[in-house]
Amino acid sequence: MDSPSPIQFDRSVNSEISLSSNSRRSASRTSRAGSTREVAFSDLGAKPVLYGSRRADSEVFSMSQKEINEEDARFVYIDDPVSTNDKFEFARNSIRTAKYSVISFLPRNLFEQFHRVAYIYFLIIAILNQLPQLAVFGRGASILPLAFVLLVTAVKDAYEDWRRHRADKIENNRLAWVLVDGQFQQKRWKDIQVGEIIKVEANDTLPCDMVLLSTSDPTGVAYVQTINLDGESNLKTRYAKQETLSKNPENGRFSGLIKCEKPNRNIYGFHGNMEIDGKRLSLGPSNIILRGCDLKNTASILGVAVYCGAETKAMLNNSGAPSKRSRLETRMNLEIIILSLFLVALCTVASVCAAVWLRRHRDELDTMPFYRRKDYNEEEPDNYNYYGWGMEIFFTFLMAVIVFQIMIPISLYISMELVRVGQAYFMIRDAQMYDEASNSRFQCRALNINEDLGQIKYVFSDKTGTLTENKMEFQCASIWGVDYSGREATSGDGQGGHSVQVGGATVSPKMRVKVDPQLQQALRRGKMSEDFKHIRDFFLALAACNTIVPLVVDTPDPEVKLMDYQGESPDEQALAYAAAAYGFMLIERTSGHIVIDILGERQRFNVLGLHEFDSDRKRMSVILGFPDKSVKIFVKGADTSMFTVIDKTSTVGIIRATEGHLHSYSSLGLRTLVVGMRELRDSEFEQWHSSFEAASTALIGRAALLRKVASNVENHLSLLGASAIEDKLQEGVPEAIEALRTAAIKVWVLTGDKQETAISIGYSSKLLTNKMTQIIINSNSKESCRKSLSDALLVCKKLSNVSGTTDNEDISASSGSLVALIIDGASLVYILDSELEEQLFELSSNCSVVLCCRVAPLQKAGIVSLVKNRTADMTLSIGDGANDVSMIQMADVGVGISGQEGRQAVMASDFAMGQFRFLVPLLLVHGHWNYQRMGYMIIYNFYRNAIFVLVLFWYVLFTAFTLTTAINEWNSVLYSVIYTAVPTVIVGILDKDLSRKTLLKYPQLYGAGQRRENYNSKLFWLTMMDTLWQSVVIFFGPFFAYRISTIDAASIGDLWTLAVVILVNLHLAMDITRWNWLMHAAIWGSILATFISIMVIDAIPTLPGYWAIFETAKTGLFWLCLLGVVVASLIPRFVVKVLYQYCTPCDIQIAKEAEKFKPLRGGVGSVEVEMDAILGPPRR
Amino acid sequence: MEGKETHGSVGGASTSSSSSATKKQSKRPKYSRFSQQELPACKFIVTPTVVISTFVAIAIVFIPLGLASLFASDNVVEIVHRYDDLCLPESSTAVQHIQSKDSNKTCAAKLAVSKAMKGPIFIYYQLDNFYQNHRRYVKSRSDKQLKYKADADDTDSCSPEATTDKGPIVPCGLVAWSLFNDTYKFVVQNKVVDVNKKNIAWDSDRNHKFGSDVYPQNFQSGGLIGGAKLETSKPLSDQEDLIVWMRTAALPTFRKLYGRIEGDLQVNDNIEVVVENNYNTYSFGGKKWLILSTTSWIGGKNEFIGIAYLTIGGLCLFLAITFILIYVLRPRQLGDPSYLSWNKQSPMP
Repeated sequence: MDSPSPIQFDRSVNSEISLSSNSRRSASRTSRAGSTREVAFSDLGAKPVLYGSRRADSEVFSMSQKEINEEDARFVYIDDPVSTNDKFEFARNSIRTAKYSVISFLPRNLFEQFHRVAYIYFLIIAILNQLPQLAVFGRGASILPLAFVLLVTAVKDAYEDWRRHRADKIENNRLAWVLVDGQFQQKRWKDIQVGEIIKVEANDTLPCDMVLLSTSDPTGVAYVQTINLDGESNLKTRYAKQETLSKNPENGRFSGLIKCEKPNRNIYGFHGNMEIDGKRLSLGPSNIILRGCDLKNTASILGVAVYCGAETKAMLNNSGAPSKRSRLETRMNLEIIILSLFLVALCTVASVCAAVWLRRHRDELDTMPFYRRKDYNEEEPDNYNYYGWGMEIFFTFLMAVIVFQIMIPISLYISMELVRVGQAYFMIRDAQMYDEASNSRFQCRALNINEDLGQIKYVFSDKTGTLTENKMEFQCASIWGVDYSGREATSGDGQGGHSVQVGGATVSPKMRVKVDPQLQQALRRGKMSEDFKHIRDFFLALAACNTIVPLVVDTPDPEVKLMDYQGESPDEQALAYAAAAYGFMLIERTSGHIVIDILGERQRFNVLGLHEFDSDRKRMSVILGFPDKSVKIFVKGADTSMFTVIDKTSTVGIIRATEGHLHSYSSLGLRTLVVGMRELRDSEFEQWHSSFEAASTALIGRAALLRKVASNVENHLSLLGASAIEDKLQEGVPEAIEALRTAAIKVWVLTGDKQETAISIGYSSKLLTNKMTQIIINSNSKESCRKSLSDALLVCKKLSNVSGTTDNEDISASSGSLVALIIDGASLVYILDSELEEQLFELSSNCSVVLCCRVAPLQKAGIVSLVKNRTADMTLSIGDGANDVSMIQMADVGVGISGQEGRQAVMASDFAMGQFRFLVPLLLVHGHWNYQRMGYMIIYNFYRNAIFVLVLFWYVLFTAFTLTTAINEWNSVLYSVIYTAVPTVIVGILDKDLSRKTLLKYPQLYGAGQRRENYNSKLFWLTMMDTLWQSVVIFFGPFFAYRISTIDAASIGDLWTLAVVILVNLHLAMDITRWNWLMHAAIWGSILATFISIMVIDAIPTLPGYWAIFETAKTGLFWLCLLGVVVASLIPRFVVKVLYQYCTPCDIQIAKEAEKFKPLRGGVGSVEVEMDAILGPPRR
Repeated sequence: MEGKETHGSVGGASTSSSSSATKKQSKRPKYSRFSQQELPACKFIVTPTVVISTFVAIAIVFIPLGLASLFASDNVVEIVHRYDDLCLPESSTAVQHIQSKDSNKTCAAKLAVSKAMKGPIFIYYQLDNFYQNHRRYVKSRSDKQLKYKADADDTDSCSPEATTDKGPIVPCGLVAWSLFNDTYKFVVQNKVVDVNKKNIAWDSDRNHKFGSDVYPQNFQSGGLIGGAKLETSKPLSDQEDLIVWMRTAALPTFRKLYGRIEGDLQVNDNIEVVVENNYNTYSFGGKKWLILSTTSWIGGKNEFIGIAYLTIGGLCLFLAITFILIYVLRPRQLGDPSYLSWNKQSPMP
């Protein structure tokens, strides 16, 4: 524990906000993801911790920084699987993603299915019904619905599992070259053991996690593609240790011991050491290649398996989609409780009445022909099937529960799942949410929050990669105090500025960069001038100070080749391409040296040391040994961190000029980087070298040591200049933001960028407009925060008062809220988690736009929870990078952009898509539809089941309260399964209240969801009243018509069944807006199916109701009753609906009518947003 | 757009740099009207025309139907005669009388025909307070036993009238056990009128539900006699009274068909009825009626349905007029965007 700093560091990332209240140090840290976002490149420290906001991960990670304890370590004897597996049996390499085996399927699947409360309710009712005293339904009839649902789910699960089994089998039987007795033999993947040496050839997939021993490249570099693992398509470099490089296991036995951490799911971390030939080498994340990676651009590699099968990091990360619960469903639970109370009330009424009846007739029961309490066939007449007054009442109550069970609409849960699957299908298939550039469809990762998309009130958006493309383009530079922002620049002269000859072919950079003529001239001019030296050093820094891997790519023309720069950071790529365009082309990189073509002259530099980027320093540096034996350090990083290490004594003027340029660049929305350098003296170099060597082989706290070494050498730099990179706005972003704002959705942008950059992006994305009042909060202490917040609140109030007087009292509407709040991360440090949160919330709820800049990932989550915890409004977070994960998980709905920065955001998200602008169709169209459909479906399902229960209940009142049902038990069971289930699902999936075009034309229509118009208590109670009326008509119509007649129970039961089914389906039909053939089929088909089903049931001679439907259908009264009750039940609903729609039409109603009648005057005064950009390219 | 395309393709190529052969398949969703939710659909909007014509149409259909059924009901002639109280001697209590084996249970009554009745005239008996839909009762039967000779032992559900010492009871259960056993004889103008007791049950029941090879066994031989006895020589399919009785009534007050008088009855004909008052409804306070009735297309006398239809029809007519008034007095152009909530506030100068 002698090195507390690494631990503290790791913790600090996790608890950024809580730590941050005290120190300046953490304040500076908050801007980690600052304008130096490029630093994502080897951001090995930050990424895993961020993603693993799950505690376990970060624990493991901080573990890895410490010494590996003996008991926490795994020992791998290289090329000796026997002794490796001697002590502990490590997992074999066979994988198993399938959940079930043949034997375990039934119990396990049932166990999982019964996790749902609904099914348990089903089961209890079915079991109750099996008791002879309570047998209301026949055994078969009571089990059938549950069995049906279980069976369908089980078949679905079994099919999915079978597919997984098949995939597993294919995967396990793939072949790999494994060293066995000094010979490479083909072995199946599943037989690979920890400790074996494996050879992998180019373009093959790695079978397990392996530590690299040697590669076909003499320097020990291997390139891998991790697209299967994290979706990043660029190549990553992995290194074999120099000490193992030269060994050829086929010639002589390899012997060594690897000691590494236990398997964990951190794909960006690995920690271990290797003892070989008596030497102890440290192993890090760059020495391990994970299962699922593809080997690229490397002929072959040798590695030793350290984690196999289920213990590989890829498999450990194979977790399912996150599960959230939709707001509607949570809300629905309240109504379910009300319905349960209803149920209890009905059962109580029935049992109390039964009690009274039994008490009143207690003397007659013995001989009553329809009761016959006593069995006179015995010698001594005994009670038959009678358990005393109290018990009879109790049984009556339980029987009532069984009979009225469907009051709780269990089938609703199943219908909801089906509907959500259908909605997801349509969202995924929506051609307008398909992103051509990344060839990605919309993804629905969470299946149960579709309808939440229709109620979003707050959108929290990341900037880089979400609003912008994250495709960096070098724009301009300031070198040695001179601004080369080539406004008149042409996009390279002809075929891209610069090219070099490699092996007889012309190689030019793959990406063209605009070249500033002035700068180019300066380069061409005197090679000896002072300017030239600085410009040369500047571009040298751009070309060298990175982790880019140059690759030469063939083109159809053998004479022409392209230079492709592969790297993990788009900013670095942009800088390297820019350097190439100006004639500083990076041609070759190995672990020991780089080759740069400087204006046609090829030079080789030794890479003596590379200090990777970390979020504390916010800069990276490389130490180059020049051909002339001089040693120089090149540093690039964020301006805030760079200006602290630049020697300010000599070049004040240049520094000041550069700062000015930086300011103007960032106010154009450009991302800036500052570059500096210094020549190292021999003694200094020696000193650095020894400490660097020591640090990089250290086993304890290596990262912290390396960081310290880097900080020691990165100082007294001379400023070279600054670069500016443009991150272009994504297509359609301004229009999308406009549309969202029109839809009364508050858009908050949370970015790590600088304030100026953020504001300028705000303007270009139309988030900010000139009409808005900007409130900017930049504070450095809690007190000043408090003050600026209260000032801002005053300003806000004044503004809203002004507008309030002109515009009645409706503040939220249009002009009242045009206030934009801009707040930076440093201020948020003092606000979040303190009593100021409340003020900030009050302030921000008065603002239509909030821009937070310089925020750290966890602050993003903090801001989301600030809003989420204080309102009932729904929040949505959208982001693309690892730093957005916490915010995505925090919000009610998380949307991931599958873009340039890997898939961590997508993995954590509920929905994933290719472009920001798809948010508009997602929310305004699909969200609206989903919400409206689901809301209607829930209410309708309540109604549908309640009316049936009530009809049963009314009948019970005329059966001496004995829970007899005139409706045949099979009809009762099939009612919610067949007779009425399909139409609600079809309507729930397909009905559209408004067309896509209308919804996009009037984004305000989205307000229906925000105001919960489709599902609320008022609607619930209205529907319940309607249900009561309808059930009364349905029951008492036939009751009075047949009051004193020869009607038998089966016939009138059939009449009631038919009436209820027709009524319920017509009720649904009345609310359908768009009738397509599927709707017709579902509604009329259901009614037809009911007729057929009733006829089939009545054709069974051993049921008491045999042939009843055929006999009664012969009479005119039957049909008169049917027609009369259905019409009479629907009249009140129809009248209320028509009156409501006509006299107080809601927006949706108006829009519906407008759609139908298309009035010639378009949208009068409506905000019409040009939607073409959002809708993207027209279909082909 | 074009520029972006090339840009994108450059980026795309870099991902699959070395393997030019593996051309990525586009995941663009295939266009179909279904998947894009663009199925041809008919938009249904409730316009004033639709509303008014709906109500008028309902009125047009319902009022004539109501009138027709009222008329039909009015043409039905019904003679209702309650006799459970009339047929009791004053000497003993009702229950004692009805349970006694020796007491004379015949009683006579005179009924007047107020309106000419055209044959066939249906004879019903009506009971009330008799819960033929009681849970204990409806379950106490065996439909299998009624149909199949081989299933005579299927009496599990029939307790307490399931078996005797001699074997299973056929037909078993409370329903059969409590078979109604009052009989009626009719004398009109001193002539005995034949009561046709054939075809009083549904054909389907006679032909399919009750076995023609199933004969009564051990019926009404237990400690308590519930009602009528059955001739053991007649198969169940011919025991029409039983078949009618076994179609359990839906409600506690019900009628069951007793028989038919095929001839006509004239106005002021006097009908002498001789009732054999055997059935015990006294123990639970049930009443008994005898009904003679003609029928019409809506069945027996039934004014409810006609009145209900007239009410609904009248209401719809009224609603139609109301809506016409609403549409005239408060006109609103459908789909007028100025009614949209966000347009309502702004145009105020």
